[in-house]
Amino acid sequence: MAENFVTEALSGWGRFPVESCNVYRPESQRQLAAILESGAQPSLISYGLGRSYGDAPLNRQGVICHTRLNRFLAFDAQSGVVECEAGVSLAEILQYFLPRGFFLPVTPGTKFVTVGGAIAADVHGKNHHQDGTFGNFVLDFKLLTPRGETLCASPNHDCEAFRATLGGMGLTGAILSARIKLRPVTSVWMLVDYQQAANLEDALGRMTESDVRYQYSVAWIDCLATGRQMGRAVLMRGNHAPANELPARIRAPLAEPARRRWTLPFDFPSLALNSLTVRAFNSVYYGMHRNAVRQLVDLETFFYPLDAVLHWNRLYGRRGFVQYQVALPLEGGLEGLKEVLTRLAQSRRASFLAVLKRFGKSSSGLLSFPIEGYTLALDLPVASGLFPLLHELDRVVLSHGGRIYLAKDAVMAARTFAAMYPKLEEFRAIKNRLDPNGLLSSSQARRLAIVER
Amino acid sequence: MSTVLILGATSGIATALAREFSAHKFDLVLGGRNRDELSVLASDLSIRHGVQAGTLPFDALDTETHAGSLRSFLAQAGNALVGAVVCIGYLGDQVKGQSDWDEARLILETNFTGCVSALNILANHFERRRAGFICAISSVAGDRGRQSNYLYGAAKAGLSVYLQGLRNRLFAAGVEVITVKPGFVDTRMTYGRSGMFLVASPESVAKGIFRAIVKGRGEVYLPWFWRPIMLVVKSIPEAIFKRLRT
Repeated sequence: MAENFVTEALSGWGRFPVESCNVYRPESQRQLAAILESGAQPSLISYGLGRSYGDAPLNRQGVICHTRLNRFLAFDAQSGVVECEAGVSLAEILQYFLPRGFFLPVTPGTKFVTVGGAIAADVHGKNHHQDGTFGNFVLDFKLLTPRGETLCASPNHDCEAFRATLGGMGLTGAILSARIKLRPVTSVWMLVDYQQAANLEDALGRMTESDVRYQYSVAWIDCLATGRQMGRAVLMRGNHAPANELPARIRAPLAEPARRRWTLPFDFPSLALNSLTVRAFNSVYYGMHRNAVRQLVDLETFFYPLDAVLHWNRLYGRRGFVQYQVALPLEGGLEGLKEVLTRLAQSRRASFLAVLKRFGKSSSGLLSFPIEGYTLALDLPVASGLFPLLHELDRVVLSHGGRIYLAKDAVMAARTFAAMYPKLEEFRAIKNRLDPNGLLSSSQARRLAIVER
Repeated sequence: MSTVLILGATSGIATALAREFSAHKFDLVLGGRNRDELSVLASDLSIRHGVQAGTLPFDALDTETHAGSLRSFLAQAGNALVGAVVCIGYLGDQVKGQSDWDEARLILETNFTGCVSALNILANHFERRRAGFICAISSVAGDRGRQSNYLYGAAKAGLSVYLQGLRNRLFAAGVEVITVKPGFVDTRMTYGRSGMFLVASPESVAKGIFRAIVKGRGEVYLPWFWRPIMLVVKSIPEAIFKRLRT
């Protein structure tokens, strides 16, 4: 029986671009295999919860939605290893395992991503400087290749497939399931220190000096500040609070406090976020966070402040936005950051959220984004003149030995990408071995010339 | 611990219903043809909710085997089994069924004969125990025959009437019989088909089924608005209805 598909308009979280795609939604691994093997479509790509920003999971001819392949397969309470299908979300893992005393080993800024997506983008979190990427906690995964084989890839077995799939944006096959090692915790609370930093040097200096004391470290920066205040920031750094360090009023250390969930039910007009409103917000935010130590913050607030507003991407209006995230190496990284921030401030384009972080050692993923150094992430509303600015910033980043994050990219040029990712050829060789007919392809992969058109 | 049997457990509604039951701490036995898929479902339920979830090989079409497989299971389960849900269905291809008897027979046997075979056995079991519930998923399509799906509709209509009679019979034994009539539900059965509207999520339908079972409701339309819609549809005189493009 042929699998049915629905043709619908899909986009990433930035709602740019939007493409009409044939979407399959298998409910069993057998159906998924049938879709890959049937030859019904000349190209396919996997789609999870759509939290990447650009065109990574878009493909007009065929998209496979994994959300119904979301079953837990096994769990070992002693080792904290959970085995689950690729469509399980990090939110579901938290829902069922946090009460049992297990947190995610690495989490990005939203919990609404699938395990498959976390592997395909090799996501990182506020603890990258200590623990590396999500891939470091993946014991192994099962990959369904276009040739119909199921590989069980790990760092020690089928390691080429492992390294190519980690950060490989779904281009090596469909991830069926994975085994993840969870992090034991004794409470859902964090002990957090807030510090103001006067400018970029101050922020980086403090982070370099004392990040080692914190499992998690990030800085929110005001990228509209100029001159000597450029890069003024609030550092937010913390550790899991052990149950025995909680105040007496908290009776159930693993019980999450009730949170109200807001939703933005409609698009804000594109005017809502402009440099005046952002400037105002940044001033208030910067002023609000005086230096404070050992603040008790619940996990949800610390890790997922934006998830509290469902559909927050509607704040940017119908035209959508681009998330621009760069990684720069230690050597020359500070200069690179300064140049990016300077050009951004000169362009007078507002970035509502700007995050700065130190990265630790890179992972084994061939196209994995983090390199040892620094990362800066910002949102920019889509408006005329944006793309030339981004291409200009790409050149600045490239000239300083840095790269752009594929999970957030929507506009990079193919030549720039190839120069930024020296392991691209190695990736292509492994991909061609696993997928000789080029069945797995996406709009992003074609734009960046990772695959032929 | 209370256990519920779900036949046709790999279907979209059944999967959501199994999760709903297990969230309320019921143990489950999942019956179906696809052993691998059933054990994946069972693992998922026991990991999420800490309940026991077992599997039972059951092929709705292979009615010869029903007595054997169901009876031995029912005998073993004893008083722990508080009820059974029959979630077996096949929408099929109406146009193909009009000329291809195999397809027509598949639609009729999956939706009616196979279900009745299982329900007969379940009815006798619960009647003897004088307790429990039997629930089956029919459809609004059984409320009135229309040209786009009357083979499916006829089978479901037959099922609905069977369940009415069963409800009547088992009342004296204190066994509840629940008929669920969903409208369009977003599952594999309807995915990609055109002409659908007011499509409900399997999760919302599952919640509705769970509530109906707990409250012992007889016939329930899910979502609720299908009841007034079908009331109107049923009241259209045949002389007019036959001319409509349905």
